[in-house]
Amino acid sequence: MPDSPGPPGASEVPRTPDDTPDDAPAVPTAEIERLFRAEYGRAVAVLVRAFGDIDIAEEAVQEAFTTALERWPSAGLPPAPAGWIITTARNRAIDRLRREASRANRQARAALAQELNVRCEPAEEGPVRDDRLRLIFTCCHPALSTSAQVALTLRLLGGLTTSELAHAFLVPEPTMAQRLVRAKGKIRDARIPYRVPADADLPDRVGAVLAVLYLIFNEGHTASSGDRLAREDLCAEAIRLGRLLAGLMPDEPEVLGLLALMLLTEARRTARSGPDGAPVSLADQDRDRWDRALIDEGQALVRRCLRRNRPGPYQIQAAINAVHSDAPTAAATDWGQILRLYDQLLAQAPTPVVALNRAVAVAEVDGPGAALVLVEELGLDRYHVFHAVRADLLRRLGRCAEAASAYDAAIARTDNAAEQEFLRRRRLALPSV
Amino acid sequence: MKHYLLSVVTPTDGEPPAPEVLEGIMRNVGVFHQELQAAGAWVFAGGLHAPSTATMVRPKDGDTLITDGPYAEGKEYLGGLCIIKAPDLDAALDWGRKAARAITLPVEVRPFEGEVEG
Repeated sequence: MPDSPGPPGASEVPRTPDDTPDDAPAVPTAEIERLFRAEYGRAVAVLVRAFGDIDIAEEAVQEAFTTALERWPSAGLPPAPAGWIITTARNRAIDRLRREASRANRQARAALAQELNVRCEPAEEGPVRDDRLRLIFTCCHPALSTSAQVALTLRLLGGLTTSELAHAFLVPEPTMAQRLVRAKGKIRDARIPYRVPADADLPDRVGAVLAVLYLIFNEGHTASSGDRLAREDLCAEAIRLGRLLAGLMPDEPEVLGLLALMLLTEARRTARSGPDGAPVSLADQDRDRWDRALIDEGQALVRRCLRRNRPGPYQIQAAINAVHSDAPTAAATDWGQILRLYDQLLAQAPTPVVALNRAVAVAEVDGPGAALVLVEELGLDRYHVFHAVRADLLRRLGRCAEAASAYDAAIARTDNAAEQEFLRRRRLALPSV
Repeated sequence: MKHYLLSVVTPTDGEPPAPEVLEGIMRNVGVFHQELQAAGAWVFAGGLHAPSTATMVRPKDGDTLITDGPYAEGKEYLGGLCIIKAPDLDAALDWGRKAARAITLPVEVRPFEGEVEG
């Protein structure tokens, strides 16, 4: 430990407990990596609060990871790995900052001073106290672009590497690195605070966080193109962050609603594509392949939301998915209930896409003719699903020539090869015109 | 504490508001300035004459060259500015909202480098 003239009290910093038992079992590298991904967000968040600087926090946590990779495979896991990571990272950061501060680096001095202040502070005021929650709100601050919000959230809270992010969002690695550097620079220079917003701003700002998580999930769920495997990681990551958020904000029904919506959607993943990778529509899915555990968890969350009686768009969409997952067969689906939920959703979120989904339920309750009238009113020409829904309604009404051109329009408007193949098969299955 | 620059983004080919409308705007801007002063966030504010009144001074061969005109013609110009003191971006954006509502034009909020005494 360098004997530098640090600020008073600095010597009381706890050192890394080097107390791994001698007979500890060896730990495989993959296990250490898994542990780090799970703990990365918490460690970075704690250090950001301590030092007020994202770069210092990230560097220190990465150093702790490097040390763990050297030590743990032979020495075994310490008794509390998460605590070990944070303590080690904090000590590394303090050592580094002291070296910098002795070279009259003002930023380092400020970070050191802040760290010592923070540790003497009482627990903070505000609705919730969790460093990760503060960091989520920082990452999803409205002053940052959506692409920066998504990248930062996955990087700082999900622990994804720059190359994983670049891979998942189909951009070159330097582009992603630049995006992260710029966003972190704006947080630092414009001083975007590390803070859970005040109660008055909370609903708006929670909405921004939920939008980011849902965007991450959808990016994985309906890959517009690209590598499927990386995309499934995004779904898992969005759900992981959704669970974290639900644990941190258990009184926000929309937070629970989003988690339920993601779980119920994820439950159908394996049934959503056939052996050749082509999408399988909800009606044709093998319901035995749905994940019952995820459905049970999602439905329990929906019930918890209903008791709150503060419905919102995510809760209603989750409830619609809960009704689908209740039906043992497609024919047994309670479309009346689904239509009532869509009526509620349309009142809350009157968008053309919601109206299009509602029309699908109308077709089941009042027939394809009634649904087609509603669909024709929607100005969604650029949205391939609009044309696919129209095509299906026309097919059911026996207007096959029109259905064929609607399928063509849908095929022309998506870049996803699997979707195109699905639509082509539908078009081929039309009775000859 | 940090200083932030609030820039009033004025359209180049926009119609100036009618006199009675402008009067209301100026009254609201006055109220905004008073609020800044009362909160201890006031540093400086002022409206600018049109870009056509601008003069450029450029360094040239160890000397300087004076020419007419703004440095850049654009769809928008800096119509006025206000410098405030705020603890962080959230606080600065709250002032930015009030400024935009008063002036009825878009306002850019940008941090100055460095720190200032609270």
